[in-house]
Amino acid sequence: MAESSSKRDRRFELLLGRLLRTGFLLSAAVVLLGGVLYLIQYRQRSPQYQIFRGEPADIRYARDVLRDAFRGHSRALIQLGLLLLIATPIARVAFSVVEFARERDWLYVATTLIVLAVLIFSLAGR
Amino acid sequence: MTLGPPLLACNVHATTLEFTLLVAFGSLLAGLLGALTGLGGGVIIVPFLTLLFHVDIRYAIGASLVSVMATSSGAAAAYLREGYSNMRVGMLLEVATSIGAICGAYLATCIPTGAIAVVFGLVLLYSAWTSVKPIPDVSAGESLDPLAQGLRLDGTYPTPEGLIEYHVRHVPAGFVLMYVAGAASGLLGIGSGAVKVLAMDRVMRIPFKVSTTTSNFMIGVTAAASAGIYLHRGYIDPGLAMPVMLGVAAGALSGARILPGAKVRTLRVAFGAALAAIAMQMIYQGMGGKI
Repeated sequence: MAESSSKRDRRFELLLGRLLRTGFLLSAAVVLLGGVLYLIQYRQRSPQYQIFRGEPADIRYARDVLRDAFRGHSRALIQLGLLLLIATPIARVAFSVVEFARERDWLYVATTLIVLAVLIFSLAGR
Repeated sequence: MTLGPPLLACNVHATTLEFTLLVAFGSLLAGLLGALTGLGGGVIIVPFLTLLFHVDIRYAIGASLVSVMATSSGAAAAYLREGYSNMRVGMLLEVATSIGAICGAYLATCIPTGAIAVVFGLVLLYSAWTSVKPIPDVSAGESLDPLAQGLRLDGTYPTPEGLIEYHVRHVPAGFVLMYVAGAASGLLGIGSGAVKVLAMDRVMRIPFKVSTTTSNFMIGVTAAASAGIYLHRGYIDPGLAMPVMLGVAAGALSGARILPGAKVRTLRVAFGAALAAIAMQMIYQGMGGKI
């Protein structure tokens, strides 16, 4: 009994590992694509990071990033890749809710939902 | 002394292409060293960007946090092949780290950058110290934590001699330490992997292979919790985050591949000394208001 449940845990773990890796590879590909475009579009400029200005509003929120990325804005495309990167561990937590529910482990369903709520609060809040 | 001024001079007038390539190369090295020494790329990349390139520390921690997430997700599959994570321990402690991360990220937006630099320097000093100090033996035979049993945290992991059972101890102390690790991650844009492993390994007495794998899982979630706040506050610049993320991830993933056969003890000691020097520089410049 304990043996078989530990084997299932292991399978689920490996599945999560693959999910994280896929999310990472996808996001790295989008960032790389945006990066190449960025280097072409901004080649001649000098980056100024010595003074903090804060990023313009149109690359701070998911909706604007999505719109501009599909219009071919390189900086928005990189930002889209970074959003995919942030979404990857959140997806992992969401999958864990399902897995704990399948095991009828309600204590950990609740625990995982708290973590998910904190993550969504951070991404949605301003 | 001789490295600083020329690099700075070329940086001020550097084009986007030159700057991106320099940062990507430095990030690759940071990721590689971070993986080989077990410290992670984040503690190296922030001083690299602020001290060498004079990047504002808020942009630096934003870019670093992104690279931390990339490393955690990218390495997850490899970690899981080597070790076993404890999903219950991980999820329970993620409550503490993610709330800590949000508090840390909010704190980062309201304290002066000099103070962030000083705290960063202190954390770096601590990391340097733990990387040199040998790992003490875990003492056995302590009383069991009834809380760990109530929460069903105990687990097993496979060894050549078969499945070994382990018991989790000191859950409340581990939880509090994890909150601190999360807050440090949110404030400084680092993974806090050293604190996480310390809490699980030495305080909660979880076997090393289980604690490192579980910690890698947790680092991504912790970083995601503060990344949203960084993003909304405009700390994450795509032009800077792009070479840092790709560089650190590439370095860390190849470092993890070399690791099993590498002799890291000498590297750790040399690296610990270098980190201590960098830490002093961060504290000094932070106090002088130069960061």
